[in-house]
Amino acid sequence: MSILQGSNLECVRGDRRLFRDINFSLEAGELLQVHGPNGSGKTSLLRMLCGLATPAHGQICWHGSDIRSLKGDYYGAITYLGHLSGVKDDLTAIENLRISSALAGVEIEAKKAHEALQHMGLGGRELLPAKVLSQGQRRRVALARLLVCGTALWILDEPLAALDSAAVKLVQNLLERHLGQGGMVVMTTHQEIDITTGATQRLQLT
Amino acid sequence: MSLWVIQRDLLLAIRRRADVLTTLFFFIIVVSLFPLGVGPEINILRTMAPGVVWVAALLASMLSLGRMFSSDYLDGTLEQMLLSPQSLAMLVLGKALAHWLVTGVPLVLMSPVLGIQYDLSADALLVLTASLLLGTPVLSLIGAIGAALTLGLRGGGVLVSLLVLPLYIPVLIFGAGAVEASAAGLGAGAHLSLLGAFLLASLVLAPWATAVSLRISME
Amino acid sequence: MAINWFKYSSPASFYFLAGKMIPLFSIAATILFAAGLYIGFFVAPTDFQQGEAYRIIFIHVPAAWMSMFLYVMMAIWAGIGLAFNTRLSSMMATAIAPTGAMFTFLALWTGALWGKPMWGTWWVWDARLTSELILLFLYIGFMSLQAAIDDPRRADKAGAVIALVGVVNIPIIYFSVKWWNTLHQGATVSVTQSPKMATTMLTGMLIMSIACWMYAIAVILIRTRTIILERERHTAWVGELRGVAQ
Repeated sequence: MSILQGSNLECVRGDRRLFRDINFSLEAGELLQVHGPNGSGKTSLLRMLCGLATPAHGQICWHGSDIRSLKGDYYGAITYLGHLSGVKDDLTAIENLRISSALAGVEIEAKKAHEALQHMGLGGRELLPAKVLSQGQRRRVALARLLVCGTALWILDEPLAALDSAAVKLVQNLLERHLGQGGMVVMTTHQEIDITTGATQRLQLT
Repeated sequence: MSLWVIQRDLLLAIRRRADVLTTLFFFIIVVSLFPLGVGPEINILRTMAPGVVWVAALLASMLSLGRMFSSDYLDGTLEQMLLSPQSLAMLVLGKALAHWLVTGVPLVLMSPVLGIQYDLSADALLVLTASLLLGTPVLSLIGAIGAALTLGLRGGGVLVSLLVLPLYIPVLIFGAGAVEASAAGLGAGAHLSLLGAFLLASLVLAPWATAVSLRISME
Repeated sequence: MAINWFKYSSPASFYFLAGKMIPLFSIAATILFAAGLYIGFFVAPTDFQQGEAYRIIFIHVPAAWMSMFLYVMMAIWAGIGLAFNTRLSSMMATAIAPTGAMFTFLALWTGALWGKPMWGTWWVWDARLTSELILLFLYIGFMSLQAAIDDPRRADKAGAVIALVGVVNIPIIYFSVKWWNTLHQGATVSVTQSPKMATTMLTGMLIMSIACWMYAIAVILIRTRTIILERERHTAWVGELRGVAQ
């Protein structure tokens, strides 16, 4: 039995059916890349996988049980980064990282948060309020959570948007290390990303 | 933990002091407008005072409801809260308490000063402050439901007033009633106990209803 | 005879069932209204205290009953829709709201008309009138919230939450207002009057109540049918229906 399994998923937005009969299953160390044109329901699918949205039809299972019945246990095992990065303007980079981790149930020391931000190339900017950071830098603050969260499944919606090539490289390494340790990733991206570790599955939405 | 949320919201409020002060000044202005509308006759003002202060507190608390979730909604933090392994109701409780600390407590502290403008006796001032202390957290807790339901809607600010103001009525009646009863020599104990009961009931029920509403609004 | 009730919980079958039931309820409502009004205006004796003006209670009382009862019904249907994710019950709740608000308004309006000759004023802050006014606010809140939300599923569920919160609050609001009213007794007129009602008056009121029931059911069914058509306009069965109509 696979760890994350989606069966016969269907998504309806207003009057439009975005997709139907989507099936996939993910094992430890696997990456699922979701492809599709704008408006094909990629974000909707990822939000379903998080449990934020309910599929019109079908079921998503984590270790064999429906995620809707698992609730908190499942939320503790995933990290979701959406279009909106969840970075607050009025908080500094380090406060943002520490508070968002605490919300996710992982309280981290200031030292660990410093290291994570440094690793993301934000050394020296830890104490700046997020509103003076650039779009890409704010994205890096959000991505720094992946370094400290320790969850098994990462659900990433366009993680490479607004990032420069150095940061893309960083994310790539991060994903490879996560997959190498038996983690799982579901992501959407328009950019080609080249991951060599683990098996990569592709899911095409039309 | 809800402690984290309270801490964070207070930190944000300190960085945005202007928002807190606007609510407080709104409260002061509304209370100060009434004598201009009804005349300076001190006996009339004295009987009106509890009602005026309480209605102004209702409006001030309601006006600031929009901020409770909307900034978290716009920058994506709310999504992360919904995905927190901790209970969403506890997080909501934390946010409602933070809202009360930021908007309710200043009103409570300011009310004796405004009561003096209306020539309230020392006893009445004490009861007024006590009733606001017990009643304003109820406003934040019930208001959270309305704020959650109207999240991201066009004209949400006006809508939230339609939804929550009728629900505020019992608090208004017993809050203002407490002061009147003490002025009439009946003692405010019964009213304050009822306000306390409202507070307990809304502490238990409102965060849960708000959590359900947030999940509905975010879907 | 075994009826498969679940069959009628699908919007499509309910649509046709409701279509058959609407004429029955409409006819019943018309006949009962005619009978009730006849008794109310011509048969029932003139009240020795209140004169002819009391006759407005034949509308006022049933309207007030309906206004409260429909709110509870609305909350129950909405709650079922929220708990079991049944679309039809949420549609029923949405369909009930305008009728409930209409009866609430009618109760207030007739109350005011009655108050003028009785108390010499259109409005008194009587406990019942005040609660009725607050009930109207609750209805308006429910309808405005649903109207502001574009996505029907979210509108159903958000409406259900506010309806249920309202139902929990109605007793609290009612008793607060009642208590508030007794505290301020000096300023208001007491409406407590319990004269023995003549049997014909009681009959008239009962018939009018049932007539209001029939009317409410008919109108709610019609509105539910409209909502079903609107929401299901892309399904095959509505498409066929359109084909038949053309």
